[in-house]
Amino acid sequence: MHVLRQTQDENQPQDAAAITGARNLGRAIVITSGKGGVGKTTTAANLGTALAQRGARVALVDADVGLRNLDIVLGLESRVKHHLLDVLDETVTLDDALVSDKHSDTLFLLAAAQTREKDEVDTDKMRALVQQLRERFDYVLIDCPAGIEMGFKNAIAGAEEAIVVCTPEVSAVRDVDRVVGLLGNRFKPQLVINRLRPQLVKKGKMLSVDDVNAILRLPLLGVIADEPEIIVTTNKGEPIALRKDGQTANAYHAIAARIAGEDVAAPTVELKKESFLDKLGAFFGGRRS
Amino acid sequence: MIDFFKKLFGQSGSSATAKERLRLVLMTDHIALAPDMIEQMKRDLVDVISRYVEVDREKVEVNFEQEDRALAMLANIPIVAVNRPKGGDGEKTERTEQPEAVAKTEPPQEETPVATASPAVAAAPNVASPGAHAATNGNMAPPKRRRRKKSGGAVNPKPATAH
Amino acid sequence: MSARKIVITSGKGGVGKTTTTANLGAALAKRGKRVILVDADIGLRNLDLVLGLEKRIVFDLVEVAEGRCQLRQALIKDKRFENLSVLPAAQTRDKDAVTEAQFAAIVDQAAEIADYVLIDCPAGIEGGFRNAIAGANEGIIVTTPEVSAIRDADRVVGKLAEKNVPMRLVVNRLRPEMVRSGDMLSVDDVCEILAIELVGIVPDDEEVIDTTNRGEPIVLDETARLSAIYDKIARRLEGEVVAFTNFENQSFFGRLFGALKAG
Repeated sequence: MHVLRQTQDENQPQDAAAITGARNLGRAIVITSGKGGVGKTTTAANLGTALAQRGARVALVDADVGLRNLDIVLGLESRVKHHLLDVLDETVTLDDALVSDKHSDTLFLLAAAQTREKDEVDTDKMRALVQQLRERFDYVLIDCPAGIEMGFKNAIAGAEEAIVVCTPEVSAVRDVDRVVGLLGNRFKPQLVINRLRPQLVKKGKMLSVDDVNAILRLPLLGVIADEPEIIVTTNKGEPIALRKDGQTANAYHAIAARIAGEDVAAPTVELKKESFLDKLGAFFGGRRS
Repeated sequence: MIDFFKKLFGQSGSSATAKERLRLVLMTDHIALAPDMIEQMKRDLVDVISRYVEVDREKVEVNFEQEDRALAMLANIPIVAVNRPKGGDGEKTERTEQPEAVAKTEPPQEETPVATASPAVAAAPNVASPGAHAATNGNMAPPKRRRRKKSGGAVNPKPATAH
Repeated sequence: MSARKIVITSGKGGVGKTTTTANLGAALAKRGKRVILVDADIGLRNLDLVLGLEKRIVFDLVEVAEGRCQLRQALIKDKRFENLSVLPAAQTRDKDAVTEAQFAAIVDQAAEIADYVLIDCPAGIEGGFRNAIAGANEGIIVTTPEVSAIRDADRVVGKLAEKNVPMRLVVNRLRPEMVRSGDMLSVDDVCEILAIELVGIVPDDEEVIDTTNRGEPIVLDETARLSAIYDKIARRLEGEVVAFTNFENQSFFGRLFGALKAG
């Protein structure tokens, strides 16, 4: 009987603990925001990719049960056979469920369940699972769903640190503020400002990095400019941090370096000069947004 | 340079990839969300095949497998007996016990996902070799949406070409 | 005659539910309809902010549910649009502060004094979402032409279909130049995938950020491109047949410069 199935071996992360004996517990970082659509999943995928490219062993956990997207952003949607709830319910082992990334050897995904509900996740079991992952990986990045309901509560269970993602828009800043309040000091939240549009900031039509910092007063981990190319990379399932170059890829690499404790220069975003072709294109109706 | 011309003439950017991936992902999502439908499909499938060969209903398995670009349905239907081809009086006199065999089904092409067994697969008295793997990379059309609801009387207005 | 109770939902966050609720509500009010907007995002309210009404909140939805005030006391009348009122969410409570039944009852109350009740749904499909749809008899699904958003929208379409709620689609933040260069799904693609009736196409417009900053819905500016678009959506909701603007016009020059620029 022929069945198309990936063999177990392809999915099996080598258990380094078995080889080296005792190892340091990995860092468990939840990536959250409150407001949806600001770039949590994109950040999780790209930060995970960037850390893996530096040689770290990274587990990405999609905690958005019912509305999973981390798999699709990584291009792994066709490889997901089992998911978070399968592991929590103990119908499969963690090894069976972890999906190896297409591009980075040391990056693994634990997908969310698509057809279940967030309140089916037991918080204590989630905490235990994250602990288990920490024993085997250098970084456990947990992609938090939007909102502050059960999904959020479960996503932060087991995490020790938080990255808060915010766009320079009033609603997003307000939501981050609320979330930071809920998180408390325990998580040492750091801020990523995403989808900055320097042209608009210059015209006074968008909050600047300083504006956002002044309101939120969090340590700044990175600033990423709005980049239409992100849409393309999601279309293809190839995170932009795979690229060696380019403003956004570099931004994620810098964030990874900072997370790893390196002293990297303060985040800046360059103003792209509007090219002649941009202007001409706009004239002929190809409106740049 | 080729890319330049591709973009000039509006072909294959990442949106084509996105559309295809999305289609597959949604099919998988829908299947996962409709276990009752799958059960019914299984029953219908077995009913149809039973018209040609005798099957072990308890051991029927239906699975969906996804490769990179295609979704396929694989049915494992144990055949326990195949009647002799009809003689003069058409009565079943003897039966040939056959070892467990695999019936492969083509993925359905229409909207409703009831599989129609292709005769070449199921009816032959010679057991299909288990090693044969029918290529099943036909695209499975999404299950008919029970939920297509039109409100307000208008029927799916497409964007008009007039500006 | 009771109002139409429409939930504006999406699944995915950040695709424009609140912006759509605010502007569509204002567009309907401009056409003379009595409109009440309900913010169902308890704990993460934003409808008030987007409309610039945050300083005028006295009571909120949770207090109405708990009987601590009347609905009329909690409603904020927008001074710029006649017949537009907003029922704000509570900021410091949880979504389980209100049950589905309570929420539905409040929406029904609002429906007695309005022509349209638009419910701004929170992101996700958890309790807040369930509350929001409990009050509605119609749905507007908002999505952007992006893979994750469409996937989430599909889930929401399924959930509403289970409850037999008729729904329509708004495709938001379309970038026609990216569609032309093949880097973004087209409106047709989205409609084909989600298979529900289209009611609006809204192109990406950086002015929205600015207007939100100022708390002034974009439909206040009659000259704004999006103002006419929201008006069209309002008219379609009213039953008028209005042609869709074709943003993805296949102009050769548009393509040429798109191709040259994208390299």
